[in-house]
Amino acid sequence: MSESLNGKGLALVPKAEGKQTLKDFKSDQEVRWCPGCGDYAILAAVQSFMPELGIKRENTVFVSGIGCSSRFPYYMNTYGFHSIHGRAPAIATGLAASRPDLSVWVITGDGDALSIGGNHLIHALRRNVNLNILLFNNRIYGLTKGQYSPTSEVGKITKSTPMGSLDKPFNPISLAVGAEAGFVARTIDSDRKHLHSVLREAAAHRGTSLVEIYQNCNIFNDNAFEDLKDPDKRDVITLRLEHGQPIANASQAVKIAPTGGLEVVARDSIAESEILVHDMHNPDPSLAFALSRLDEPAFQHVPIGIFRSVDRPSYDHLMSEQLDLAVAQRGPGDLDELLQGGDTWKIN
Amino acid sequence: MTKQVQQLDRVIIRFAGDSGDGMQLTGDRFTAETASFGNDLSTLPNFPAEIRAPAGTLPGVSSFQLHFADHDILTPGDAPNVLVAMNPAALKANLSDLPRGADIIANADEFTKRNLQKVGYETNPLEDESLAEWRLHSVPLTSLTVKALEEFDISKKDAERAKNMFALGLLSWLYGRPVEATIKFIETKFAKKPAIAKSNVAAFNAGYNYGETTEAFSVSYEIKPAPLSAGVYRNISGNQALALGLVAASVQSKLPLFLGSYPITPASDILHELSKHKRFGIRTFQAEDEIAGVGAALGAAFGGALGVTTTSGPGVALKAETVGLAVTTELPLIVVDVQRAGPSTGMPTKTEQTDLLMALFGRNGESPVPVIAPATPSDCFDSAVEAARIAIKYRTPVMLLSDGYLANGSEPWKVPSQAELPDISVPYTTEPNGDDGTTFLPFKRDAETLARPWAIPGTPGLEHRIGGIEKADGTGNISYDPNNHDLMVRLRQAKIDGIDVPDLEVDDPDGDARVLVLGWGSTYGPIAAAARRVRRGGHKVAQAHLRHLNPFPKNIGEVLKSYDKVLLPEINLGQLALLLRAKYLVDIISYNRVRGLPFKAEELAGVIQEVIDSE
Repeated sequence: MSESLNGKGLALVPKAEGKQTLKDFKSDQEVRWCPGCGDYAILAAVQSFMPELGIKRENTVFVSGIGCSSRFPYYMNTYGFHSIHGRAPAIATGLAASRPDLSVWVITGDGDALSIGGNHLIHALRRNVNLNILLFNNRIYGLTKGQYSPTSEVGKITKSTPMGSLDKPFNPISLAVGAEAGFVARTIDSDRKHLHSVLREAAAHRGTSLVEIYQNCNIFNDNAFEDLKDPDKRDVITLRLEHGQPIANASQAVKIAPTGGLEVVARDSIAESEILVHDMHNPDPSLAFALSRLDEPAFQHVPIGIFRSVDRPSYDHLMSEQLDLAVAQRGPGDLDELLQGGDTWKIN
Repeated sequence: MTKQVQQLDRVIIRFAGDSGDGMQLTGDRFTAETASFGNDLSTLPNFPAEIRAPAGTLPGVSSFQLHFADHDILTPGDAPNVLVAMNPAALKANLSDLPRGADIIANADEFTKRNLQKVGYETNPLEDESLAEWRLHSVPLTSLTVKALEEFDISKKDAERAKNMFALGLLSWLYGRPVEATIKFIETKFAKKPAIAKSNVAAFNAGYNYGETTEAFSVSYEIKPAPLSAGVYRNISGNQALALGLVAASVQSKLPLFLGSYPITPASDILHELSKHKRFGIRTFQAEDEIAGVGAALGAAFGGALGVTTTSGPGVALKAETVGLAVTTELPLIVVDVQRAGPSTGMPTKTEQTDLLMALFGRNGESPVPVIAPATPSDCFDSAVEAARIAIKYRTPVMLLSDGYLANGSEPWKVPSQAELPDISVPYTTEPNGDDGTTFLPFKRDAETLARPWAIPGTPGLEHRIGGIEKADGTGNISYDPNNHDLMVRLRQAKIDGIDVPDLEVDDPDGDARVLVLGWGSTYGPIAAAARRVRRGGHKVAQAHLRHLNPFPKNIGEVLKSYDKVLLPEINLGQLALLLRAKYLVDIISYNRVRGLPFKAEELAGVIQEVIDSE
C-alpha cells in the first residue's frame, strides 16, 4: 500500500556502501557565482548534508531551471540537468515518476519557480511526485541584472521599475499551502544548522516538498533579509516553528484571533496556554496558511521552519501501483495479443 | 418478394446527420461490418469541433464517409454514391458533393417546417422535385423506428435516438453486410442498460427487415471481398495505429514508455489508447500544459525511458523550447504532431500539412530535428517504430507528422507479428569512455553515428551534468569558446544529416515516364489513386512518396533531376516545395489547396494530366 511509504522519502533509493563525505559531492567545476552570494552558503550546506542521507550518489539527481541558483547542479557531483526557464518541476516530474529509485532535487529561484514556472510549481505540489524543491528566494532577478521579481515588495525600484513596482508579490509559502503541498518549509541561507534540519525532514517526506530558502543577492538586492540576520533584531522577529511547541519567542507569541485568523501579540501579554501550539501534521491547511500570512507587515514577525508536513500517497507510487495492478489483473503485456486484438479477420 | 441483386465493384457511402445523431458510431459500425466481410476500405470522418452545435443547423452537421471495394483502394472516395441524410441540414451541407444520379436516403420525419427553415429551405426538397436528378428514397426513419420499438419499455426520446441503428440496419441489408458483430457490439456497449441494448438491436433488425420487405428498395447490392494478401487483418485508424506503434517501439527497444501529454484535438486519442496499456509498463502522464507534457517526457528520457509527447500544431509551438533542449542535450524524444488546420486555433477537426516548416525550423538556434511523416492510417504504426529507432540510435528528438485525416481515417491493416518487427534496442552506457579508463565524457561521440553516450542516473561512476548551455565537445562542461560552439553546431547538424534513411522509391510501371508526382504524408492515397487514373487513361506518370522529411533520402536529388517535370501536391502553400527548390535547385510545380480536407483523386488526376499535357 502507498501509505507504507509515508515519511520514507528515500525508501526506494538504494543505500550507499561505505561512508560518504562532503568531498564526494563536490564536482570538479569552478563555482561561478558572484563573491559574497548567498548561493555559496546553500551549496556548502547541501554538499555537507548529502552524505547524511546515506544513499547512492549515482541515484541522486539535481534538476534546475534558469537563473543564478539554477547553476547549482553543475557543482554537485551527482547526476544533474540544467534545463530551461521555469520547467524544472515538469522535467523532474517525468524523471521521478518513472524512476522511484532516485532522489530528485529541484533547484529553482523566485523568478524561475513563481513567474515563468508558476504553473508547473503549483501542479507539482498538488500532484505530490517524490521531489524536493529548493526555492532560493532573493526577491530579485539576478542573472538578468536586477529587475524586480514576483517576490519583490511593492514599490521596488529596479531597472525595469524606475518609479517602483506595482504588483503585489507572491508569498511562496502561502502559494504552496494553497496548492495543498504536503511539505512546506522556510529556512535561511546563513543558518546552516536550521537548513540541515529542514532538508532532513524534506528528504524524509515522501511526495513533493517545498523549501523556501531566503537567500541574499549582494549585488542587486543586498541585505533583503538583514533583519533576520541582525543579532539585535533576529531573536525578536523570528518565530521558530517546532512541532508540538508553542509558536513564540522571548518577545512575541502567536494566538488565534477572535476573528478566526492568527495574531501576534507581546509574549508577556498572554498566558502560556493561549499560545498556539504548532501542529505541522494538521491535515487542514488553514492554520499553516494563516501562519504564512504572519510575514506582513514585513519583518515584524517571520515564521521560520516547517509549516506543514502531511503525508499522502505520492503520485509516482500511485502510478506504479496502477501498472502493477494492470499486470496483476491481466498479466504482463503481450505484443502479439495486443496487435491482433479487436475485430480481426483472416484471409487465407 | 425476390429482389434483384446487382454487382458493384465499389461504393462510397456518406452518413450525415446532426452531431447528436450518432453518425460517427453508425459509420464505425458499417465500417466494421465491411472490414469483416473482406472488402478493402478507407474512411473519412468529418465532424465539427463543437461537441453539440445547435440541433438541426448547418454547423452541427457531422458526417462519415466510407469507400469500400472488391479491389484495393487508396482513398475514402471523392464523391458519394449514396448519401444518408438524417435531417435537412445534413442534406443541404452535403448535396453539392453528390453527383447527379446518386442515391439519397433521407429521413423524411425530420423534414419539418421548422427544420427546413433553420437551414433556409423554403419548400421541402423531398417533395418539390428539386432532387429529381438524384434517386431519392424518402424514408420516415424516426417514426418507423419508434413504431418498431412500441413494445419496449423505453422513453419516446430513447426510441427516437435508435433511428441511427434503423438506418444502419437498412444500409446493412442494402449492401449485404454481415450483422452479427453489430448486434454483439450493441449488446456490449449497452450491457448496463439492457432495455436500451434490446431496443437498439430491435431497431437495427427492423431497418434490415424494412429493406428486405419494402418496395421502396427494389435492388440490393453485392460487392465481393477484395483479394488482399493472406494474413490477419483489422481495421485501424491512424491514431490507434500510432499508439500501437509506440507500444511496439517500447517493446522492441526494451525501454519503458513514458508519455507526457496534454489533451488536444485531434491527438488526444493517442493518449487515451496508450493509457489503456499499463500492463506494458507504459506510464501516461496528463500534464498541466503542453510544455509540462514534453518536459516530463524529456525528464523521463534522461532517466532512461522512451519519452514521448503527443500533440497538434498549437502544442508543438509551445513545446519548441523543450525540443531545443532535447536537441542540445542529445536525448531521445518522440514528438508526435497530429497536424490540424492553423494558424492559431484554426480548425481543430480539419486536416492540413502546414506544420512541416515549424517541425524543421520552429526553434531558436541551429536546432536540427529528424522529421518523419506517415502516408496512411496503418503506416502510422511503422512510422512510430521508425521514429523511435532514430530517436534511440542517434539520441535526438524526432518529429512525427501525422494529421487529422490520418488520425481519424481508417483502413484495413495487415497485422504484423512481433517477430517481423525490428529490434531497435540500444544499450545504455555503463562504463567510463575516457582514455584514462576512469573518466566519463558525456559528449564523446560514437564514430559512426555521432551519437553521444546515454548514461542514466543510477549508473555508478558516470555521474554527469547536462543542460541547455553550450557544452564543450567531449566533457560536456559549460563552454563559451567560439570555436567549440561552431564545432558543436556542426556536429549536431552532421549527426542528423548522417541518419540512415532508406532511398526514395519511385513507382513508374514502364520506367519511361517524364513527369514525377511527389508527395509526403497523408496525401499518399489521393496521389496514388490519381496516378492510377492517369495511367488507366493511357498516360505515363511516375510516383514517389517521402516518408523522411529530414534528412531526405540520399537519392532524392538524383530522382528529382531525372524527370522533366516534378509535380508536388501539398495541403499547404508549398512548404516541401520550398525546401526542395532551395536544396536541389529543381523547379517544382506546386499544387496547393488548404481547405481542411484531403485532396480528391479526380482533382489530382486532372492536375497530373495538365502537367503531362504541357510537356
